[in-house]
Amino acid sequence: MNEHHGQNDQEHHIVSPFIYLAILLCLLAATGLTVWASYIDLGEWHIARGVTLFWNPVVALAIACTKMILVVLFFMHVKYSPKLTKLTVISGVFIFLGLISMTLADYMSRAWGRW
Amino acid sequence: MSAATIVSLPDQATARIPKMNFLSKENGLLSWLLTGDHKRIATLYLISITFFFFIGGALAGLIRLELLTPQSDLMAADTYNKVFSMHGLIMVFFFLVPSVPATIGNFVIPMMVGAKDLALPKINLLSWYLYIVAGGMMLYTMATGGVDTGWTFTTPLSTHYLNSNVISAGLAVFVAGFSSIFTGLNFIVTIHKMRCPGMTWFRLPLFVWSNYAASILMVLGTPVLAITLVLVVLERTVHIGVFDPAMGGDPLLFQHLFWFYSHPAVYIMILPGMGVISEVVSTFSRKRVFGYTAVAFSSVAIAVFGFFVWAHHMFIMGISNYAALVFSLLTMLVAVPSAIKIFNWAFTLYNGSITFETPMLYAFGFMGLFTIGGMTGVFLGATGTDIHLTETYFIVAHFHFVMVGGMLMAFLSGVHFWWPKWTGRMYPEKISQLAALITFIGFNFTFFPQFILGTLGMPRRYAAYPPEFQALNVFSSAGATILGVGYLLPILYLTWSLKYGEIAGENPWQATGLEWQTQSPPLTENFPEIPIMDHEAYDYEWLARQQQKEVASVG
Amino acid sequence: MSDSTATANGTLAEAHHEHPPYQRHHFETVSQQFDATNFAMWLFLLTEVMFFGGLFTAYLIMRNWYYPAFVEGSHQLSIFWGTANTTVLILSSFTMAMGVWSAQMKRKGMLLFFLGLTFVLGLVFLGIKSIEWHEKWEKSHVPGLRYSGQSFLNPASDPEVYAEYHDKPLAPDMASKTEQYFFLYFAMTGMHALHMVIGIGILGFMIIRAKAGAYTSGHYTFVENFGLYWHFVDIIWIFLFPLLYLISRY
Repeated sequence: MNEHHGQNDQEHHIVSPFIYLAILLCLLAATGLTVWASYIDLGEWHIARGVTLFWNPVVALAIACTKMILVVLFFMHVKYSPKLTKLTVISGVFIFLGLISMTLADYMSRAWGRW
Repeated sequence: MSAATIVSLPDQATARIPKMNFLSKENGLLSWLLTGDHKRIATLYLISITFFFFIGGALAGLIRLELLTPQSDLMAADTYNKVFSMHGLIMVFFFLVPSVPATIGNFVIPMMVGAKDLALPKINLLSWYLYIVAGGMMLYTMATGGVDTGWTFTTPLSTHYLNSNVISAGLAVFVAGFSSIFTGLNFIVTIHKMRCPGMTWFRLPLFVWSNYAASILMVLGTPVLAITLVLVVLERTVHIGVFDPAMGGDPLLFQHLFWFYSHPAVYIMILPGMGVISEVVSTFSRKRVFGYTAVAFSSVAIAVFGFFVWAHHMFIMGISNYAALVFSLLTMLVAVPSAIKIFNWAFTLYNGSITFETPMLYAFGFMGLFTIGGMTGVFLGATGTDIHLTETYFIVAHFHFVMVGGMLMAFLSGVHFWWPKWTGRMYPEKISQLAALITFIGFNFTFFPQFILGTLGMPRRYAAYPPEFQALNVFSSAGATILGVGYLLPILYLTWSLKYGEIAGENPWQATGLEWQTQSPPLTENFPEIPIMDHEAYDYEWLARQQQKEVASVG
Repeated sequence: MSDSTATANGTLAEAHHEHPPYQRHHFETVSQQFDATNFAMWLFLLTEVMFFGGLFTAYLIMRNWYYPAFVEGSHQLSIFWGTANTTVLILSSFTMAMGVWSAQMKRKGMLLFFLGLTFVLGLVFLGIKSIEWHEKWEKSHVPGLRYSGQSFLNPASDPEVYAEYHDKPLAPDMASKTEQYFFLYFAMTGMHALHMVIGIGILGFMIIRAKAGAYTSGHYTFVENFGLYWHFVDIIWIFLFPLLYLISRY
């Protein structure tokens, strides 16, 4: 049993506290950045007639996604986890985006829609 | 029926049920209520879903009785609404969704992968308790006046107009949803992490693959239904419109969220059934399933495609034409993996040594009826015909062909197939073959006329109908009576066989799965020691060699 | 597949050895038990993602339909408290990660310290949340229970917010849609807070167990898995913050 007793310690990568600290600082900086960015009018992009992209929510969500990726990769150890865990995370993101994008696709392409 | 049989039973004069098995290990109610053993939990599930099946069945009987005559004379129209709503809710959430996975799957999957138990036994037990709590809430709903939204909780009907027990029904389904999430989660973890040495992914029985696919749907789809029902309940209690257009909400949003779960739920119901059919067809034609890999991947393909077809329930609800086009196309695509399965089973039969024991009869019933149910699904997936056929009896017939003709047949096939393993005793063969036949005949009498009624334009969900539809409705109701007999018989003879059935021995069907290589009923730990898988799935030559070796060593 | 080999190796190696007390009987090795429960936790988080996914979808549709109402509704939220709470939650995620690290390093004192800190930060978050909710109650912005659209029909009646954003009055039908905003605000932050409450409860349980030395003998699966849950709750907030608070502040 001995070679297995301490298995957890050997098998699982232990992330150094300095990395945690660095991630913490990044997350706090990103929080500041997103608050700051929300006070600035970043304008919009007219892609086509009736289709406009506002940059403010895009930037806010991009920052939120970056924060999420940092938390998932380091705090939740996915960077050091087996493929299966990575696949689980990716499939969750995929199916969530499927729900949102397919639903929105219906709303946005309606002839009568309020969009 | 052919006289040929593959059944090989031990000598009845000397055979005994093994003294140590999972049923006899501990006694007393508490040993059952606090058990962690997947086989005992499966047994608890089997008893509870049978109970709900007969409640749902009784409600179906009332529906058919009412529809015997064109007027709404047996019950008032709003009572009729409640009866068909409760029938749908109970059958979908309390019978079909847990039917094969939570009972048969719970029982055999750990044995098939060569494990002692599911990965999370306590979560498994929790799942059963949640099911019982949800069932209790549903019975409470029914006892205090029922719910008349249909099983779909359609808004704003459910949140604005009705005074029936929408809240308790919604919460019951919410809780039942978590029960099935925990079952699915447990299966996925077990299949990934608990396989015995040598059990690679492509040596897994196809039953495991199809339950794996269904579990993915359970884990990813059910929570969306849960939050949707929470919003419905909140909308009813605090009167803020997320779904109610009168208050600024969007009923189509409800439809999107509801069907995001409830279409995959159809595959949650049918995929495990397909797994049963793969096992049964292979065993009773003595051949490896044709195109094992294709069948395995078609399960996964159904799961993946199944997530992106939900809006075909909404073609007439005013979704965009472009979305309808895309969803129609994706719907047609799901027919491909389903057809792969049907064709591969047919090719498995080709040149096989087919015998006609009861599980096989049910499996034949499945293949025929599911094919009709699936093909009519393609009619409904085509946007043009859907507009004519949806909300008529055509759609009622379509999903009953898939759910009753498909899933219920598969469930009964599986129950008969694994009954000897479960109880250690055989069911009586002749009468059960008769029951399978009665079910098949009764089913067709009941639901085939409904296809015709639907194309003639009889709408669903009404207690009254124009008199010219009566002849076909009488046919259907008469068929339902036959079907009822077909479902009562197994209850009687299976109960009888618990005490008087022949001793089955380890492997009455000469099947190859790991679950058949241990005693029946199995030990609590399933195997005396963890098996090592050294052959492919459905390898009948390996089985023959194995038996020769045994004979040689005894000799 | 890496997991299949892990399972196979583990199974072959064992059988006759004695098991450590924390190994459940149906697992062949401790490592199999760790992998299985860890994977189960991830799957549970997937269901949580989809659970919140339904809410996010509803939010997205409503926000696009009733954008002006959502803008003025979000102006009612305090950036100060929102940012403070985001910081608190991120800090608590960090202390949780450090808690897992202490368990891995088998340092009981540090583990207790970090779990305790996480516990306190969780309570601080809920405290701030309740201050915010209380303010909504005072201003009659709780849909269904106590609601008045006055701040949106006549923004000048709400001098504090008006001084900062100079919101134009909304037409009555749009002003009534601020109820949708606040409904989603309460539904989403409420669901999030519910997860926090459950998490804090489990943290309390863990602190008691950790005092008895349960997680510092090499078996830290529970701490690790709880950490995943805690970080997930943090991630939900990372999205709720910009979506609810930062809609249009310029």
